[in-house]
Amino acid sequence: MLNTISFEAIKTAVQQWLNMHWGPHLAFIAECILIGLLVIVFFAVLGLLLVFMERKVSAVMQIRLGPNRVGPKGWLQTSADTLKLMLKEGLTPDGADKFLFNLAPFLIMIAAMLIMVPIAFARNFQIWDINIGVLYISSIASISVIAILMAGWSSNNKYALLGAMRSGAQIISYELSAGVAVITMVMLTQSLSIQDIILSQQNGWWIFKGHIPAIIAFIIFMIAATAETNRAPFDLAEAESELTAGFHTEYSGMKFALFFLAEYINVFIVCAVAAILFFGGWMPFHIGNWEGFNHIMDYIPSSIWFLGKTFCLIFLIMWFRWTFPRLRIDQLLNLEWKYLLPISLANLLLMTIIVVLKWYL
Amino acid sequence: MSIQQYIKNVFNAVKTLLKGMRVTGYYFFHPKEIITQQYPDNRATLKLADRFKGEVVMLHDENNEHACTGCTACELACPNGTIKIITQFDITPDGKKKKALNTFVYHLELCTMCNLCVEACPTGAITMAQNFEHSVYDRKQLTKILNKPGSKIRAGVE
Repeated sequence: MLNTISFEAIKTAVQQWLNMHWGPHLAFIAECILIGLLVIVFFAVLGLLLVFMERKVSAVMQIRLGPNRVGPKGWLQTSADTLKLMLKEGLTPDGADKFLFNLAPFLIMIAAMLIMVPIAFARNFQIWDINIGVLYISSIASISVIAILMAGWSSNNKYALLGAMRSGAQIISYELSAGVAVITMVMLTQSLSIQDIILSQQNGWWIFKGHIPAIIAFIIFMIAATAETNRAPFDLAEAESELTAGFHTEYSGMKFALFFLAEYINVFIVCAVAAILFFGGWMPFHIGNWEGFNHIMDYIPSSIWFLGKTFCLIFLIMWFRWTFPRLRIDQLLNLEWKYLLPISLANLLLMTIIVVLKWYL
Repeated sequence: MSIQQYIKNVFNAVKTLLKGMRVTGYYFFHPKEIITQQYPDNRATLKLADRFKGEVVMLHDENNEHACTGCTACELACPNGTIKIITQFDITPDGKKKKALNTFVYHLELCTMCNLCVEACPTGAITMAQNFEHSVYDRKQLTKILNKPGSKIRAGVE
């Protein structure tokens, strides 16, 4: 196994160095601070990268060129935008509930950060392998709706309030089908721990091993994930053409940037969760007994596998956004309650039968 | 809603969504389809659509002759008074008076590029050019005289 310069090796080396030089308690605190810094840096880089990716993808899909002036091929465009947002005044409206108004962007970032905890980025490279990882993710994900409602309510603006209410209705209803899709996959692994879920896909990813119910669950999960991250075609919460910007209408400067960043972080997270549940996280692509092929696949680092799968799914979500028109609120709730939820429940039943009869490999 | 209708709805939805994604996906994987012109950089090789209309011009041939009879059909067709035609009377060789064009005044600052004057012209004397770099420092410069100095009507055009 190739682990000369993997994330696992770096992590172990840092851990050993800290424990050697400082006591175990001090080393633990230092590790916590290090992880916090790493997550913040990762968020910033991810935000810049995903915004740039979205602008380029949308441009090419609409037969345009996209940003191409700042830096080589426009690579510095998002950095320049961030710099501009930092220099802007963070205005608080006069009639706003000042405390809640200023708290909301931080709450949404904290919720996004907390979800990072159980996600495995590479082989044995995970902040904390909680034994209820999947449940943890789906419960923390629903905290972000509080931040959105808080932002909408405290802005004292009817557009913001309408956007927040729509977002609340949307996230609460779509969580159901996302949750049922996740349960469908958990049935196969019979564990909620992310590590166990990934390890159970050693000899093939669940999307291949789980027959048709896994594919249906994947489609439902992607639809629900798009809705939960408030992205088009489910972007009624923001709906530029109706509500200016929805719940973050009144925000400016860096506080607006935090909402914007949180949207992209959430996209990354749902795609990472989908990659873990359906595509084996950092697990390389293996085909049955083809030893040579499997060996070559093992040479690709696990972090590349994980990020590659995640970015493919992010591309899929961007593809949705730049193809489909926005749904009306009644169509949105019809889709969830009349179609996705019954289908995912039937799918769950089908999966139960498969698991009970042990029809999977 | 019957159960068949329900299943049909789901399949139709998936089918039409995939159809839409095929279009955008095609564009994504074929970047040659991009139609954006990087304008100031490619001024020399700029490609404009055929139907793009920049300003009204009068066609002159190599003998400095045009086809305008001064009939004022374009002036009448223009919805916002962009064209003003000043006519004169020429004396033909056989001693008759004939109405002819003296000055074709064209107010570019009033023109909406609606193409009605070009369609109204019975002799095809004017057309739309594809020039769009019209900015000037004084708007008086936008009032143009379209017939070139010394030009006269082509023989045989009535």
